[in-house]
Amino acid sequence: MFRRFIKNKTAVGTVALVLIIAILGILAPVIAPNDPYKTDIINKFASFSWQYPFGTDNLGRCILSRMLYGIRPTLGLAVLTMLGTIGLGALMGLLAGYFRGIIEEVIMRVVDVMLSFPSQVMVFAVVALLGINVQNVILANVFIKWAWYARMIRTGVMQYRERNFIQFSRCVGTPERFILIRHLIPSIAADLAVLSSLDVGWAIINISTLSFLGLGVQAPTPEWGAMLNEAKNVLTSNPTQMIIPGIAIVILVSAFNLMGDALRDVLDPKEVAE
Amino acid sequence: MIEIKNVNVSFKSEIQKKIFGSERVQVLHDISINIPEGRCLGILGESGSGKSTMGRVICGLLKPDSGEILLNGVSVYNSRTGKKNLQKKLSVVFQDYTTSANPRFRIKDVLMEGVRAKERKGKKVKDINSELERLLILVGLDSSYLNRFPHELSGGQLQRVCIARAVACEPEIILFDEAISSLDAHTQVQIMDLLLELKDKLNLTYVFITHDLTSVTYLCDDVMFLYKGRITDYQEVKNLSQTKDEYARKLLESIITYDSEETA
Repeated sequence: MFRRFIKNKTAVGTVALVLIIAILGILAPVIAPNDPYKTDIINKFASFSWQYPFGTDNLGRCILSRMLYGIRPTLGLAVLTMLGTIGLGALMGLLAGYFRGIIEEVIMRVVDVMLSFPSQVMVFAVVALLGINVQNVILANVFIKWAWYARMIRTGVMQYRERNFIQFSRCVGTPERFILIRHLIPSIAADLAVLSSLDVGWAIINISTLSFLGLGVQAPTPEWGAMLNEAKNVLTSNPTQMIIPGIAIVILVSAFNLMGDALRDVLDPKEVAE
Repeated sequence: MIEIKNVNVSFKSEIQKKIFGSERVQVLHDISINIPEGRCLGILGESGSGKSTMGRVICGLLKPDSGEILLNGVSVYNSRTGKKNLQKKLSVVFQDYTTSANPRFRIKDVLMEGVRAKERKGKKVKDINSELERLLILVGLDSSYLNRFPHELSGGQLQRVCIARAVACEPEIILFDEAISSLDAHTQVQIMDLLLELKDKLNLTYVFITHDLTSVTYLCDDVMFLYKGRITDYQEVKNLSQTKDEYARKLLESIITYDSEETA
């Protein structure tokens, strides 16, 4: 599998890009040229320079430093959201698909209800109810998204549990734990990896959107969506302030989307690498 | 060895007259049969006759509506120990070899599952590698296959691997659910020869589910005709030509006419 991964240029490229961005975010305090919160009113809207490589924003803060510090909430919260979503969704999906009967009935009806809400409205409702806060944004995102995963995983489980190799395992008395961990989860992992890497992109956009609307990460914390929000007032006079976080979001989200496609090829053993 | 007593199985019908109706279709009617140790029983029937359902009942995957399955006198479905008991003694080979092995497993992992089942019975396996090799040689393959994936094998080879896996558990009974029907005629004979050889070597009992009368006459000692969920005839294979049953006669004649057409 590792060999297939190395051969797939898109997979290597996108994973490397995401890793580099993540490392930049972790190392932000070391590599950032300036304090992201320090205002320098005299130098506001400064152009590219050695002191401020990407210029400064409307309060004279270093855009590059803010971008670097902004990776943590942007990427970190998105990954956290996905982990929560997959965790909850996988648990519910496996329960419903494997045990059937009344458990499945209850879980799937809840899922149906969840899926029939418009997701953005749901997020707004949750955030409005619980208060504007980063934790609540994550909670809201997990809350609206888990149902998709629960449904997908249940379908996967049902599809595979009737396969002959699982029937054989059950016939010769292989422990349920082994069937679940070695047969079922790897079988649905490929689909799961694709969907979740596509959805990290979705989560980034969603968190940025909420921050842009002022419902997510609050000023002055640097976050790419929040930076877009601050930049919208000076859109015509200082477009760089908007372009930089905008392009960064596009690149990161596209990287996750491409990674989803590439991972599918890597994880499917039938796709023999030529 | 296995005794099947008055088994009835029904499924919920797909087409219901009322919205929340619960009409059921009876698939097996009052099946009673005894499978003696060391023999090969063929279950013969056309598609939809309930023979695969019968297989699922025998291997402990489907609880019948009524009736009992006794393994050495112990009921299978009535208690957990009964089921454990069956799982220790029975192994199975399925028709569709493409889904019989997990596509993510290498052949050695596929066989390991059987070996692990053997270990659960308290039989120690000292050298896993030589055990796996022994199993592959037993079914006419060699150890170069161990690191391959199932999709890198041909149908016949993969079916051999499935048989090796079934044998790896060291069962006393092996159930073949149309295990050779999807192979070509030449490979079928090869596999049946292999099965006969294994049966003598390992002292196994076979239950052989098929729709093909010729393979039954080649492999089995007894044959049971299943038609629309009912046993129509139960014969020893050598007495097959004396059968009085209408359905069995029809099947026999269809084969004879087919043969004469071929020679003509």
